[in-house]
Order: sequence, then C-alpha cells, then structure tokens
Amino acid sequence: MNPVVLEAKNIVRDYHLSGGLFNKARTVHAVKGVSFSVEKGKTLAIVGESGCGKSTLARIITLIDPATSGDLLIDGNKIDIGKTALTPEMRRKVQIVFQNPYGSLNPRQKIGDVLGEPLLINTGVPADERRERAMQMLLKVGLEEKHYNRYPHMFSGGQRQRIAIARALMLNPSLLVLDEPVSALDLSVQAQVLNLLADLQDEFQLTYVFISHDLSVVRYIADEVMVMYYGEAVEYGPRDTVFSDPQHSYTKTLFAATPRADVASIKARLEKKKAA
Amino acid sequence: MALLEIENLVVEFQTASGPFRAVDGVSLKVHEREVLAIVGESGSGKSVSMLAVMGLLPWTAKVTADTMTFNGRDLLKLSHSERRKIVGKDMAMIFQEPMASLNPCFTVGFQIEEVLRIHLNMDRAKRRARAIELLQLVGIPDPRDRLGHYPHQMSGGQCQRVMIAIAIACNPKLLIADEPTTALDVTIQKQILDLLMKLQAEHGMGLIMITHNMGVVAETADRVIVQYKGRKMEEADVLSLFESPKSNYTKALLSALPENAVGDRLPTIAGFMADEAAAAGVAS
Repeated sequence: MNPVVLEAKNIVRDYHLSGGLFNKARTVHAVKGVSFSVEKGKTLAIVGESGCGKSTLARIITLIDPATSGDLLIDGNKIDIGKTALTPEMRRKVQIVFQNPYGSLNPRQKIGDVLGEPLLINTGVPADERRERAMQMLLKVGLEEKHYNRYPHMFSGGQRQRIAIARALMLNPSLLVLDEPVSALDLSVQAQVLNLLADLQDEFQLTYVFISHDLSVVRYIADEVMVMYYGEAVEYGPRDTVFSDPQHSYTKTLFAATPRADVASIKARLEKKKAA
Repeated sequence: MALLEIENLVVEFQTASGPFRAVDGVSLKVHEREVLAIVGESGSGKSVSMLAVMGLLPWTAKVTADTMTFNGRDLLKLSHSERRKIVGKDMAMIFQEPMASLNPCFTVGFQIEEVLRIHLNMDRAKRRARAIELLQLVGIPDPRDRLGHYPHQMSGGQCQRVMIAIAIACNPKLLIADEPTTALDVTIQKQILDLLMKLQAEHGMGLIMITHNMGVVAETADRVIVQYKGRKMEEADVLSLFESPKSNYTKALLSALPENAVGDRLPTIAGFMADEAAAAGVAS
C-alpha cells in the first residue's frame, strides 16, 4: 500500500457574515465535516454543483484558508495554518491550478518570470538555475523554449493552462489541487491537458485532488470519487463502485442528468420521440 | 420549404492585420419542427454565423451570402427597421450567459413585457397576464411575485428560464439557442434542455442548438452540422453522425470524449488539425 499523502478528518468550515443595515449577522456552513484520504500517486475527484463547498474545500487543502475545525494531515504532519505560520517547506508540498487560465496568470509577467517566481519566493535558488529549471519545466508541459519570453495574452487557453500547471510543478509538490482545470477548455484541448496531467502523474508520482462537475472527465481520471452536496460528502468510494452502484439519491440524480453521447441512448430518444 | 435557408454564408471582420474570415461558406437549412445542432469548438464560427442571421453583428463585420431567407423573406434585402420587426418576434435567440444577457437595472417582468409591447402592441393588463403565463410555462414558481424581481435575485438557472420566456414570448417560428446550458450545473442543464425540447415540440418551433457539448447534441438534435474554423465539416442526422462519422474531424471530436477513452490516454485532435490546416491552406 502506498503512503497516504493527504488525510482530512472531519473538516468543517464556517463563514461568518457580519450583519449590515438590513441583514442580520449569520453563519454559512460551507463545509460540514468532510473526511477523506488520498494515497501517493492517486487521484481523488470531488464532484458537486456550484455552491456545494468544493472550492472552499480546495482552499483548505491548499492551505489558503484555515478550517474552522477538523484535522488536516499532509504527509502525516498535522497542519493548522490558523494557529501556526506556514513554513516554505509546507508551502512547497501543496500547489493549486485554478479553473480560469485567463484570470490566473499575471498579464504583465513574462512566462519565464511566472515560472521562476515560486522558486524566487520559496527557495534560495540563484537566478541562472531558476532560469534553467523554468526552461526545463516549459518543455516538460509541452511548450517550447521560444515561449519563455512571451506574455500570457500571446497564448491560447490550453497553453495557458499548461503554463499554470508548470508553475504549480516548479516546487516539486507532492500534492496538486486541480480546481476545474479543464472546464474552460474545448474538447480537443481538454483531452490534451488531461493527457498531460496523466503523464506528469506517472513521471513524478503526483497526487491529485481533482475538482470537477463534469462526470465524464471524473470517470476518466479519478481513482476515488467524493460527491458533495450542500457541504456534506454524500458519497465517497472507489470510482467503479460509485459509478456502477451509487447509493445516495443526489448521486443518482447527478448521473441521470449527465447527457449521454452513445448511440444506444440516441436511438432510445428517437424512438420515444417518434412514439410521442 | 425550409424555414431558414442559407447558402454560402461568409462573414469577414476587418482587423488591423487585414480581413479575418470567421465564417467561410457555410450553407444550412432548418425546417419547421426541426432541431438542428451546430457543433464546433471556440473559433469555429458557430455563434458568428447565427448572429449574422439575427443581424446582431457589429459594423466591422461584412456579411455576404448567396441566399439567406427566413420564412420566405430575403434577409439580405430587408432594411434595418424591417428586420427588427422579425428579430425577437418570429426569430428569437437565447444567449450563453443568462446573468450577463439580462439587464440588471430592470425587473424581470419589465424585460418580458418589453418584447410584448414592442412586437405585439399589447396593452398593460394583457402584457402582465401574458408575462405571468410565460413564467409559468418556463417553470418558475410564484410567477406573480417573480415579475417584480431583479435578475440578481435569481439563480443562473432561473435567469436562463427568464431568457427563454423572453425568447418565446411572441411564439417565434425559429429559436436559436447559443450554448444555452454551458454556464449551468448538469442537473440544471437537464431541466433547461427538457424545457426547451418540450416547448419546441408543443409550439412546433424550429430550433437551432449551438453547442460544443457532444452530450447535449446527442440528447436534443435531429440533425447535426459540425463546424471547424468557419467551415462546415459534416452534416448528418444525429444517429448516423454518432454511429458512422464521415469526416476525420468529427471522428477526432468523438474520440476525444473522455467517456469514449479506450486506453489510459485520450486521442487528441492536434495532429489532425495540423494536417487539415495544411491541406486547406488555413493559417492557424
């Protein structure tokens, strides 16, 4: 059995909204006690609709936001950024790729600097080595050396997502959180990025937490699946079990709502239409 | 006779680096009571060609076509004001971003009634009654109260329902839905698609569904046009498209679907795109 990279026990996150002139103060329970664990080199997919708390969970795992209560263990070490400051060593271990490749890159920064910045901030690597490593990473994610001095607006959406992935990998993280990394991309580009992620996972033994609302992508990439609904994990298990035998009614609704692009279901639909 | 008939539509935009051809010789027909899906990736010209039909393109666009007729009328010869009488009444469109396409400054009721006032000249009481009826039709609970709500008070799915209500307010003969569900969750997507299909069947509308989602195509279309870089790659009825795609591009698109993955890597379109671009002499 592989070592467990990420373990969450009963994570809770509440947001307190202070009252205004017309509104009373109230508390939003964004995540209500979620537990899971991910082994090294595996992919956990978190599925749910907008507002179900999956991005809040991503922020907690990425150590951007503290959890209100519950334990978060990364490589077996308990971390609570609410109490103790984060060391660069911990920061290195978890990285994130955001949904929108148009919004997550600084338009005034050249790609080389985008990739060098994590090293500049978190390590004492000298400039020429930073450049060397950024160049290598650029090639690794399928871009070319000539792209080093270009600005983000000169790239397509898929290329930008590659850059975002490259930036996340600069510090050799063990855990990569992917917050809807392909939902803004076209089908063909989506396939390329998914392949890249699979290649990188094999090469670096990366652990992924993959957040998505697209079940066909999840079915393709995940080892384990967690379905969230109103801040709770309503279903959690190995991919094949969840897809073949969903237990919770919300999971069933979700599967039933996903459009199917196979010939048999098209035939069934056309039959039904003819009969009507 | 076809409801909408387009022959050899070309749309060019004037840019600083010369004209850019967004739609390159697309021909299509939509019959009454028919659902036509136009599939393509971003930049394939699927939205632009429909905006050209609606006459909603900016002045920098140059639209030419051999024929472009709607319901027996030549759209190319119509004056601006004549066209405005058709657009929104006999031919209506639903846009991708429901939140962005409603006016945040006016109530939902006002925006629905505006269409009725301009196109059908209804009086105030009739407009209100019709607006309530429309909201009921698209499945919004408490329609009477909802008329006074602003778009920001509604969810994305509800805003899209309001958009649909506005589009079908005058019982259009042709409804163009431009990625109507892309911004929505799958469960809401299902509801909206079911609603559109129900309305289409009940009112006998022609429906053009613009999408990049093959699943949506499979669930809704009778006939499908696949577009790539402004050109029509393939046209087929939905079953034969999925069963035996003719063009390489369609094959590539279908094989890039994650649910069709055979090995542990997905086939990609990149190689094909390069070949095709070289063959067609299209600069990428």
